[in-house]
Amino acid sequence: MAEMVEVANLVKKFKELVAVDGVSFTVGEGEVFAFLGPNGAGKSTTIKMLTTLLSPTSGSIKIDGFEVADHQDEVRKKFGIVFQDPSLDDELTAFENLEFHAEIYGVAREVYRPRIEELLKFVELTERRDDQVKTFSGGMKRRLEIARGLLHHPRIFFLDEPTQGLDPQTRNRLWEYILDLNKKEGITIFFTTHYMEEAEKVARQVAVIDRGKIAAHGTAEELKKLTEKDSLEEAFLQLTGKSIRDEEVSGADRMRQHHALWRR
Amino acid sequence: MRAIYILWLRQLKRYVRSRSRIVGSLGQPLLFMVALGFGFGPVFAKAGNGNYIEFLIPGIISMSVLFTALFSGVEVIWDKQFGFLKETLVAPISRLQIMIGRTLGGATVATLQGTIVFLISLLVGFRPIGWWGLPGAWGIMFLMALLFTALGTAIASVLEDMQGFQLIMNFLVMPLFFLSGALFPLNGVPPALAAVAAADPVSYGIDGMRVLLTGSAHFGIVTDLLILVTITAILTTIGSYLFSRIQI
Repeated sequence: MAEMVEVANLVKKFKELVAVDGVSFTVGEGEVFAFLGPNGAGKSTTIKMLTTLLSPTSGSIKIDGFEVADHQDEVRKKFGIVFQDPSLDDELTAFENLEFHAEIYGVAREVYRPRIEELLKFVELTERRDDQVKTFSGGMKRRLEIARGLLHHPRIFFLDEPTQGLDPQTRNRLWEYILDLNKKEGITIFFTTHYMEEAEKVARQVAVIDRGKIAAHGTAEELKKLTEKDSLEEAFLQLTGKSIRDEEVSGADRMRQHHALWRR
Repeated sequence: MRAIYILWLRQLKRYVRSRSRIVGSLGQPLLFMVALGFGFGPVFAKAGNGNYIEFLIPGIISMSVLFTALFSGVEVIWDKQFGFLKETLVAPISRLQIMIGRTLGGATVATLQGTIVFLISLLVGFRPIGWWGLPGAWGIMFLMALLFTALGTAIASVLEDMQGFQLIMNFLVMPLFFLSGALFPLNGVPPALAAVAAADPVSYGIDGMRVLLTGSAHFGIVTDLLILVTITAILTTIGSYLFSRIQI
């Protein structure tokens, strides 16, 4: 199987803070890959680097064979993303948000018109097509973002905590869509989550990152065997410790914010 | 090109849909026209300066353009906070394209707003000296709109959240407006104030519009255009640079 993501010795430093500290891993094509870690472990920073939002301090990232640093626009066409926080324009309608996306991705009109209708149907938003997004519930926004991320036929789909804050019904539905997609279109799925049962259920490969380093990588079964635990949640706690990371997170975040504020 | 167009269109749609914002932002210029225009009119005429409404209108139009343009630029902060900016930043287009699309959109919106204020001024009794001046006045409006959208974008690129907003309002927007020649003639003001007004790009926009709408000039249209074009070029460059450095 070809590799969709190849990360080698990835490092990201924010001044004295090392957010990502020599991370290496690969994700095979067509894989469903869960990227797990406590808050502040370096997950979001890694995803930002994978999706061209941040440039690494050192190391290499290849997406579908393209070096991210050298082929930014090719790489950007290869992936779709659902961010942790909503990123829709509330003033625009569902259709307009999708149309905007298709236009900035340079998809031809005769291609994206039917694709939009197809995707709206897929996420069950056809009836709300011409409603402004500000009238949507959290779950509907998520579904629309999934449709949007798929619009330009990406090869890999990044989902950063896609089910956070959603009820179990919506969560289940969402995973149905995503796994369906993985099966039908062969799209590689790369997601993060704090729900370990979810990761155990849907992911075929799991990587655990902690303090900027990969703590373990393998199938959920392998991770359980490695830690001699019965569930992925216990294995996760075994790997990353039981201390709550809030303090550390806010500290790191504060530093990042402080840094961001004075950088320019 | 398509990316720039859709970014421009988005700004326009957002403007047209925010009807309460449009109506709200027309109240202030109308109030200025009525209160200042009719209030100071008699004194102005007695001092031998002629019709105050006629003098004031180009200033009021510029005020609307200044406010609307600057806030269109500052909207980048909203997009940062509400996440939409990320959607454009991971797209296969350059930051420069995003900046151009947004700036053109913001400038178009501000020009529209200025045009509406101009139409209102006709209701209050303002008459331009000739219709030939209108296309030129429109051009100056657009130039000012570009200038201040770029300035707004530059500011928004370095601010992290809306907390600095009040600061911008009090220490940038208000002085830019009040210290320009919008409300009073610059002939005969104390030298210090004259110097400040001469350093304020708004003054040149207003002066240019006065030339084309009322036929009176302080700096002269050539100076006005030269300075507006230069500052617009500089601010657009700075704005593009700062925008290209935004990290989320």
